[in-house]
Amino acid sequence: MNSLADTVIAILAEQALLTPSDVSRDQSLADLGLDSLGLVEAVFAIEEAFDIQVPFNANEPGRGEFDISTVGAIIDGVQGLVAQKAA
Amino acid sequence: MQRVVITGAGTVNPLGHDVAQTFDAFREGRCAIGPMDIRDVDRLTVRIGAQVRDWRAEDHFDARQIALYDRSTQFAVVAAAQAVAQSGLRFDDDDLALRAGVVLGTAGGGLTTTDDNYRAVYEERKDRVHPLVVPRLMNSASTSHLSMIHGLKGPAFSISTACASSNHAMGLAFQMVRSGAAPVMLTGGTEAMLCFGGIKAWEGLRVMARDACRPFSINRSGMVQGEGAAIFVFEARDHALARGADILAEVAGFGMSSDAGDIVMPSQDGAMRVMRQALADAAMDPREVGYINAHGTGTAANDRIESAALMEVFGGDPPPVSSTKSMHGHLIGGTGAVELLAVLLALREGIIAPTLGFLGRDPDCPLDVVANAARRSRVDAALTNAFSFGGLNAVLALRRA
Repeated sequence: MNSLADTVIAILAEQALLTPSDVSRDQSLADLGLDSLGLVEAVFAIEEAFDIQVPFNANEPGRGEFDISTVGAIIDGVQGLVAQKAA
Repeated sequence: MQRVVITGAGTVNPLGHDVAQTFDAFREGRCAIGPMDIRDVDRLTVRIGAQVRDWRAEDHFDARQIALYDRSTQFAVVAAAQAVAQSGLRFDDDDLALRAGVVLGTAGGGLTTTDDNYRAVYEERKDRVHPLVVPRLMNSASTSHLSMIHGLKGPAFSISTACASSNHAMGLAFQMVRSGAAPVMLTGGTEAMLCFGGIKAWEGLRVMARDACRPFSINRSGMVQGEGAAIFVFEARDHALARGADILAEVAGFGMSSDAGDIVMPSQDGAMRVMRQALADAAMDPREVGYINAHGTGTAANDRIESAALMEVFGGDPPPVSSTKSMHGHLIGGTGAVELLAVLLALREGIIAPTLGFLGRDPDCPLDVVANAARRSRVDAALTNAFSFGGLNAVLALRRA
C-alpha cells in the first residue's frame, strides 16, 4: 500500500515540480499547482507505472468515474484499479 | 485591390464524395460519425470517427497514381477536379497558367503513408520501403499534384497551422488574389489522419469523446476526428465576370492572430482579436453577419472560450452559430475547408447547417446554437472560425454573391 501511494505521490510531485514530502493526501491538484496538461501527463505516468487504464477525460475531469478531487482520492482510485486488474 | 469570389467548389468528406451530397447532409442534419473500421482498432480506446466511407481509389486513379498518392492527396485531387470543372476555367492559356497557383492547408500531410511505413520497418522488421514513400508523405504533395494536374505554374505552397491550416491557406489565397499577385488560386485543405498512429496520438491527449461530438452542449465530452478535403477556386471578381462565371460567394475579409499563450489552451483574447480583424478587413459591421460557422470542437475549453469571445465581439447578441464538426468530425488541417461549404450553403440557399447531438444549453455557452436540425434564415454575410492548438487563429468573412 505504502509503495503504491509513494509512487503516485512521486508522479504527482514530479509533474507539479515539488518534492514528494511536500505532497499530502488531503491536498487538491489546485493546491499542488497542477494544470490540466500536467494532470494528463500524470495520469499517463500512473497508467505506465501500474499497467492500468485510468478512466479520465480532460473535458470532464470532475465528472468522470475517476475521482481526482484530492491526492488521497487519486491514490484510492489507483488502488481500486490495481485490485481490479489482479482480480 | 481586386474583389475576390469563389467560382468552384469540390469535396470528398465523410458526408459525401461531392458538394451536392454534402449539402444534402447539411440540410438533413445527417451524422457521419460512427465506429471506425481501421487496422488495430481493438488497441484504441477512441473507436469512433467520421471516415470517408466507400472510398475506392481505383474508381478514380490508375495503379501508378495510387502508388504515388497518399489518401490525403487522393481526396484533394478528386475535390480539386470537381472545383475546377464547376468553375469552367481552363489553364491552357499561358497568361493565366503562369500566374495561377495553389495553396492548401494540411496538418498531417501523408500521415497514413508515414504510419504504414513505420509499421513496416519497426513492427514487421522490413528493411526496405516503397521508393515513393517520401513524395507520398511530404506535406506539400497535394499542392504539387494539383499544380501538375491542372498546369498551374504560379505561386504554390502548403500551410500547416494544425486545426487552422485550411483557413490560413484560404486566407492567403484570398490575399494573393486581392492584391493582384494571382488572378486565380486553387485553395482549401486536406487531411487523412484516421489511421492507428494518428488516432493513438490524439487519444493520449484525453480530449476525445467516446460517444458523439456535441459542440456547445451540456455534457459535451470532447472532439471526434474526421478526414477528407475541400478545394475551392478563388478568382478575381472582374476575371470571373468577364468570362460569365457563376459566382458562388464573395470572400470579403480575412483575419489572423496568435494567442502567444499556451500550446493547447485557447485564449479568449486571441479569438476576439481574430474575429475583429476579419470583420474590419471586410469592412463588415457585426450586425450584417447572419451566421457564424464556429470552430466548436466539442471540448469543454474551446466551446466555453469561443462563446465568451463571440459574446464580446457581437455585443452580447451574436448571430446564429453552428458547428458542423458534429456531423463530419474534426478534419484537423482540412476542417476549415469543409466548413466553408456550410457557409456557402447558408449564403446561397439561406439554410444554416445544424449542430447535432445538442442535449441542452450550457450556461457557459449562451449562444443561439442552431441545434439538431437545419434552420432557414437569410444570410447575407458570415464568418468561419478556426483556432488551432498553439494559438494560431484564422477567420474568413464572406458575403452573398
